[in-house]
Amino acid sequence: MLKSVWNFTDDSGAAVKISEAMFPSPFHSGLEYGAPARGCWNIVHTGMLIPEAHQVFVCASGCLRGVVLTAAEMGAAHRFSTVEIRENNVLDGDMEELIIDGVSDVLSRLPKLPPAVLIYTSCIHHFMGCDLPRVYRILREKFPGVAFTDCYMNPIMRKSGATPDELMRRQLYSLLEETTKDPKSVNIIGNDLAFEQDSDHIELIKNSGWTLRDITACKSYDEYKEMSKASFNIYNIPAARLSAMQLERRLGQSCLYMPQCFGYDEISRSMEQLAEMLGIKPLNDAAKRKAADNSLEKALSVIGDTPIAIDYTFSFRPLSLTRLLLEKGFRVTEVYADGFIAEERADFEWLQQNHPELKICATLHAKRRVLSRQREEKILALGQKAAYFTGTDYFVNLVEGGGLYGFNGIIKLAGLMAEGYLTPKDTRKLIQIKGMGSEGCCL
Amino acid sequence: MKQTASIISTYASDVSGVCSALYELGGMTVMHDPSGCNSTYNTHDEPRWYDFDSLIFISALSEMEAIMGDDDRLIEEVVETALQLKPKFIAIAGSPVPMVIGTDFKAIARVIEKKSGIPCFGFTTNGMHSYLSGAGMAFEAFAQRMVDPADKAEGKHRVNILGATPLDFSVNGSVDSIKIWLEQNGFEVNSCWAMGSELEDLVHSGRADVNLVVSQSGLKAAKVLNKQFGTPFVMGVPVGLDCSKLLAERLIQAEQSGQCSTSFTRNVVNGEEDIVLIAESIYGCSLASAIEQKTGKNVRVICPLEGEKDILMPHDVFATDEVELMPVLEKAKIIIADPLYQPICPKDAKFIPLAHEAFSGRIYRSEIPNMIGEGFNHWFAEHIGG
Repeated sequence: MLKSVWNFTDDSGAAVKISEAMFPSPFHSGLEYGAPARGCWNIVHTGMLIPEAHQVFVCASGCLRGVVLTAAEMGAAHRFSTVEIRENNVLDGDMEELIIDGVSDVLSRLPKLPPAVLIYTSCIHHFMGCDLPRVYRILREKFPGVAFTDCYMNPIMRKSGATPDELMRRQLYSLLEETTKDPKSVNIIGNDLAFEQDSDHIELIKNSGWTLRDITACKSYDEYKEMSKASFNIYNIPAARLSAMQLERRLGQSCLYMPQCFGYDEISRSMEQLAEMLGIKPLNDAAKRKAADNSLEKALSVIGDTPIAIDYTFSFRPLSLTRLLLEKGFRVTEVYADGFIAEERADFEWLQQNHPELKICATLHAKRRVLSRQREEKILALGQKAAYFTGTDYFVNLVEGGGLYGFNGIIKLAGLMAEGYLTPKDTRKLIQIKGMGSEGCCL
Repeated sequence: MKQTASIISTYASDVSGVCSALYELGGMTVMHDPSGCNSTYNTHDEPRWYDFDSLIFISALSEMEAIMGDDDRLIEEVVETALQLKPKFIAIAGSPVPMVIGTDFKAIARVIEKKSGIPCFGFTTNGMHSYLSGAGMAFEAFAQRMVDPADKAEGKHRVNILGATPLDFSVNGSVDSIKIWLEQNGFEVNSCWAMGSELEDLVHSGRADVNLVVSQSGLKAAKVLNKQFGTPFVMGVPVGLDCSKLLAERLIQAEQSGQCSTSFTRNVVNGEEDIVLIAESIYGCSLASAIEQKTGKNVRVICPLEGEKDILMPHDVFATDEVELMPVLEKAKIIIADPLYQPICPKDAKFIPLAHEAFSGRIYRSEIPNMIGEGFNHWFAEHIGG
């Protein structure tokens, strides 16, 4: 039964040489296709990082379906409830009462009250002018032992103002309250996946005797609340900037952005800044640089001039990674991304100058649905979307940076690349698992 | 209160129903939505997404377009994409925000059709009704617009299967089994709305002698075809050997008499029922009928979706909300339902899982049984037995 009825070869508009591409948006924004690569986390996965918290989504049934099944697939249905908006609610304008009564009903039927409740309102509330402050005020009065926070499933805002992803990461830490600081403690915030324990920054923090807290490691709500004690926050994901800014303003926790970059000098600069914040001398990273070079050389000896495709779900800095690999002799031929963050500009311009033939490929463009996904030669993909669009079983299955950072991250990545090149994977099965690294996902 | 679900899932929505119904027909369906409908549909509601390229997109509606009531971008993008990809038809389906701002989908469809020269449908879905509503309106519109009125039945025992989508029948071979069963009973499958048939097969649906409606989503189209061609229809799914035999007889009777009917012979229950079954109405009644015939026990069907009241027995109920369902389930001894209903079922009741793609999506897909004909007997022996 299954077949492709299309035979489309013209990729104009859906792919462009980097020399001819515009920064930061190389493609026209039109109808959008959704590739079946689902490893990135969504707002349900991220919200579940607050231990013991309960989520209540308030929206139309069509919008509820995706999130309720996300929770079910990750084995967290017991921490998830819904309040369904129907046509009569839109017509009657009783949105506030629906949320108050609905959330109250949900909480009254849970076996015990959770310490925190994340209420996700939707696009409809935004357009109907729902009085959310009143809603939360009443709920806090009704349930004084519960900490409520406002979360948002309003994808209509993804092109204006703070995106739903940024808002989610901001609200994830909104329940932290002012407390006595532990001056020698630091948080890592905003990341969905735990960092590898030998990541450069984790190693430095631990070796310097500081306490490190990370929501991905919290086992209880109390442990999560301990994050208020940190003197500063580190974030690695651009979408966590809003969160870091808010914590600085609210709790006086300063912040340090350590971008998910791959350029050696940029990593060194970030590590120097971290050392300064920790009050220690910067480490000499010459040995680490050499080790990273050796690992990449070793991977290159395995992979050779096999074409490599990279996508934006693999890292928030796909162009930084592309540049590193090209500088080290790998043959990166295409990058799958619909746009780039501002800090990628320097790498973009370097690639334009030095590798003008590099192909930038859209992932959302409608043509992407019908363009061939088969290649005649073997290709190594870094990322699920790159694997899908190039039809390869040879890929590195990571999302959102995969918890790798720094020179040690590059060393691990080089190993994963060699392994990905040598050992085929079940791409179809692996990339369809939602929220890679969230617990209990099944397919 | 109603409208809350502290535990259970929710059914696929009308937007997904439209996409699912039209998926294999070579058209282009656009969900007028900012983002969420796309991933929900292609992750949880569409098992064909990975292997079968169908032109299903979202419009990526933005806040400013919604505030300004800017339909022009939608029209331009749809026309431009359609002219590049050349679909056989276009369908536009709405989501909650377009409903709030009063988007006129019929008018937009007319403009797109005029500009592109490609037939275009506008569906006023809003994500607040079930997939049966959406698939039903898609099939109905297709029947009204695309079926060749010049065709007529030729008395060759041709059958259209109406209302087959993976949301009700998954991709486990059930629909193929229905086709095989029809052929084994002397019928010729004229078309299947809409799994495994080409658009051209559906266009010539007027050649059929009788229509087999296998889910609620096929009923509106059946009524259109009945009005247009006089084709009678029979509602039912060939579940189990005995019930299948009855269904085949009813199809022949309908073909001969021109009268529409169902294929269910259910028990009339005055006291308590032995078994409670949660399912889509036509599938549920077919399965209940098969179980009752095999066991002599009484089955109560709970229909959590839109359905025809007429095909349910007096003791069957429509119940959509958790608070409506729980009292009905309270006294049940045996409950047959999707596994995601289990948390609201009494612990002392025997729970028999029967996954439904439209409810639990892909989670239990590999466990969805093919109940057609003999398949029911295997399932019965495993789960209910004597």
